[in-house]
Amino acid sequence: MNKTVNHKAWFFVLPVLALVAFNAIVPLMTVVNYSVQESFGNNVFFWSGLTWFEEMLRSPRFHASLGRQLTFTFTILAIEIPLGVIIALAMPKKGIWVSVCLVLMAMPLLIPWNVVGAMWNIFALPEIGLLGKTLNSMGFDYNYTRQPGDAWFTLILMDVWHWTSLVVLLSYAGLVSIPDAYYQAAKIDGASSWAIFRYIQLPKMKRVLTIAVLLRFMDSFNIYTEPSVLTGGGPGNSTTLLSLDLVKIALGQFDLGPAAAMSLIYFLVILLFSWIFYTLMTRNEEQ
Amino acid sequence: MARITLSDLKHSYMPNPTNDADWALKQLDVEWDDGGAYALLGPSGCGKTTLLNIISGLLIPSHGRVLFDDSDVTALAPEERKIAQVFQFPVVYDTMTVYDNLAFPLRNRGVTEDLVDVRVREVAEMTDLTAMLKNRASGLTADGKQKISLGRGLVRTDVNAILFDEPLTVIDPHLKFQLRLKLKELHHRVNNTMIYVTHDQTEALTFADKVVVMNVGEVVQIGTPEELFEVPHHTFVGHFIGSPGMNVLPCDIDNGAAHFAGQRVETANDADGVNGRKTEIGVRPEYVTFSDQGLDAQVIRVSDTGRFNVVETQCGGNRVNLLVGEGAEIPSETTKIAFNPERTRIYADGWLMGREASS
Amino acid sequence: MKRASWLIPTIYIIFLMLPIYWLVSMSFKTTNEILGAFTLWPQNFTLENYYVIFTDPSWYMGYVNSIIYVIINTVLSVAVALPAAYAFSRYRFLGDKHLFFWLLTNRMAPAAVFALPFFQLYSAVGIFDTHLAVALAHTLFNIPLAVWILEGFMSGVPKQLDETAYVDGYSFWRFFIRIFIPTIAAGIGVAAFFCFMFSWVELLLAKTLTAVAAKPIAAAMTKTASSSGYELGLLAAAGTLTIIPGAIVIYFVRNYIAKGFALGRV
Repeated sequence: MNKTVNHKAWFFVLPVLALVAFNAIVPLMTVVNYSVQESFGNNVFFWSGLTWFEEMLRSPRFHASLGRQLTFTFTILAIEIPLGVIIALAMPKKGIWVSVCLVLMAMPLLIPWNVVGAMWNIFALPEIGLLGKTLNSMGFDYNYTRQPGDAWFTLILMDVWHWTSLVVLLSYAGLVSIPDAYYQAAKIDGASSWAIFRYIQLPKMKRVLTIAVLLRFMDSFNIYTEPSVLTGGGPGNSTTLLSLDLVKIALGQFDLGPAAAMSLIYFLVILLFSWIFYTLMTRNEEQ
Repeated sequence: MARITLSDLKHSYMPNPTNDADWALKQLDVEWDDGGAYALLGPSGCGKTTLLNIISGLLIPSHGRVLFDDSDVTALAPEERKIAQVFQFPVVYDTMTVYDNLAFPLRNRGVTEDLVDVRVREVAEMTDLTAMLKNRASGLTADGKQKISLGRGLVRTDVNAILFDEPLTVIDPHLKFQLRLKLKELHHRVNNTMIYVTHDQTEALTFADKVVVMNVGEVVQIGTPEELFEVPHHTFVGHFIGSPGMNVLPCDIDNGAAHFAGQRVETANDADGVNGRKTEIGVRPEYVTFSDQGLDAQVIRVSDTGRFNVVETQCGGNRVNLLVGEGAEIPSETTKIAFNPERTRIYADGWLMGREASS
Repeated sequence: MKRASWLIPTIYIIFLMLPIYWLVSMSFKTTNEILGAFTLWPQNFTLENYYVIFTDPSWYMGYVNSIIYVIINTVLSVAVALPAAYAFSRYRFLGDKHLFFWLLTNRMAPAAVFALPFFQLYSAVGIFDTHLAVALAHTLFNIPLAVWILEGFMSGVPKQLDETAYVDGYSFWRFFIRIFIPTIAAGIGVAAFFCFMFSWVELLLAKTLTAVAAKPIAAAMTKTASSSGYELGLLAAAGTLTIIPGAIVIYFVRNYIAKGFALGRV
């Protein structure tokens, strides 16, 4: 669409700008402020330059939680994106079952995050949870509160349970927007199911999949409530993701300087990755 | 290449059609000669696309058979029928180049790359796509994309017929004409059976050797453009083809002769066997003239279409159009009009009476 | 392969329903039954847990609080996003692309990073522990989302609609309210749905910015879980009740969910 140049359009954006600026800029400045100061209590602060940033970037603790975060994020992306696409492809395209599927699949998305955590907490309890009990009676020694591997398994299963539907809904939206003529033309051209997927469905889903990857990336990097309720970061620190660690430092130990520096690094990492994803996935469209 | 026969064909989108309106296609028997250029003409919703999809195999008819030459293909899938189809909206594979798009149907059929290359270049030449072979298909304009769709049909050597489903809908008007010429030229070159669906009479009449006119699920006439114009078999054909369409006027039958507005009207056919059906006379505006004697009429409006003036008159409580050459004198207000008896015909319930006698 | 394709969604939905079933079934069990033995369905069916929630204000006020701030947030986010989305979809102006991107980056902000500064900021302006505080905090990620979705819908409306209205003598605001907003009603519905959803499910900020008066139900749950020992049945009942508003909302917008996702712009 051709847009007219109209600088007065700024007035339309002003309310949004005022609200978001109030919410984003003031707190962000607070964080930046903390990140360059040292406090010995009693609200007395000293300029400390970039010390906190250096310390944070060198800290093994930060490296460990960043490593766990990246492992978590890429694992769930690797599972949720293909799984979501497969489910969307297998979904009915019209009729009563579409609504049934959509409503049931969207349900996990609207459950408060701590309820998701609590639900999985009791679902996976080794003695009295359906999942835990079933696994144990099948001969697996499963206990997510004590074994880090089991904790990871539960955490990832929970996230797949919670968010795959988002990918399904997005992919499905992309699929139903493909006109019938494409499928008919492909049939006439003698294309195999694989060729139809590769040359019609996948290209047409690219836009919504970009949104899916970006949203899942950002949200999984920000995840806090669910693991905090499910495992509390344990056993040990084995499931302490970035947000969990940050809250521990900031609210648990009240080390505001390091926490602020970590926040900023954290935010920058998300921005950087989102930008890379965005550029990679939209690069071809520019040509 | 094959002759296509549709025998006793019916189709309904409902599982249990009960009344007439449930059928998208009612009782159809059509034969398409090998190598012919046909147009399937009719208003929106008349069943053209349904019929086309039955021929291509995208739809299985609820009743009847589809024959290619003498073999029954009714139950065959589209890829087994050796049919190509160009759709209303251009279908291209966005991620592929123009070259790969054209090669796609061949590669799917396991044709060797050498042969693919030869065919693709040949077809690109025919469709003026040679210069863009290396380009991404998604970057082309609508007419370029439509050429690719067409090219994918032409590239195959095994094609029995190429079907067009209103292919020029999204093309700019000045390009429509060019593409239509291109199609006509290609038809002469490849000599394939082509079936062209459209609701636009100009497109149908300029493209096709033979036009099949459809209305509410049935074929009302098959004929050359000239036949459709001169001898419409149905008032619908008369009205739909020509601009303005045929005058269709209610009439009474007395002793086998038509009476309109209280006067006897000479007609080319007689009205034997009307048996109380609704009768009308049809005469094209081209064959109505002002005259000294005839029916009383009043001129209501004159519109200039360039080469002709369309004169709208009121006659016997009905509207009658005349087509008068540029510069000819148009009487004011009250006048008399006459119908050319050679070109005036009687219709009963819409259908031409005594068809054989007049044609 | 074609015939078995219904299997995949079916298995997936069963997988989705299992934990929910477990939660619901537990909410009808007594504490003794939960801790005593593994049972697939409630042996001693009880409504005791729900009775507690509906009679104790510290529980049921949590619901009221949650619903209040979610509604404030939804109305606020959509109301301010509408003109902004219109500007982005219709006009080019100085810095429009940067502004759009900057808005979206706020969607990426980790709540954990903002929790403490928000607490300080809202305490400083004196709205700590009010519904407004939570509603405002949630606009941080809901406004960018609402602008994004609405912009997609508005770009789908031909500009001729605007021009025709101006030719017909409509003033801008009259056109916007009487013609344009009804035209994109579906988009507004979708945007409101997502605002509702993300505000309803978020807990970290909601918990940090409230103490007593505006405490959300989700926070009430965590508190009870830790203070009164292992009342799993009560927890399950409260959890079950939080699913219901979401389920109702999904049912009403089911036909728009897929569409709303598809129209967002990247």
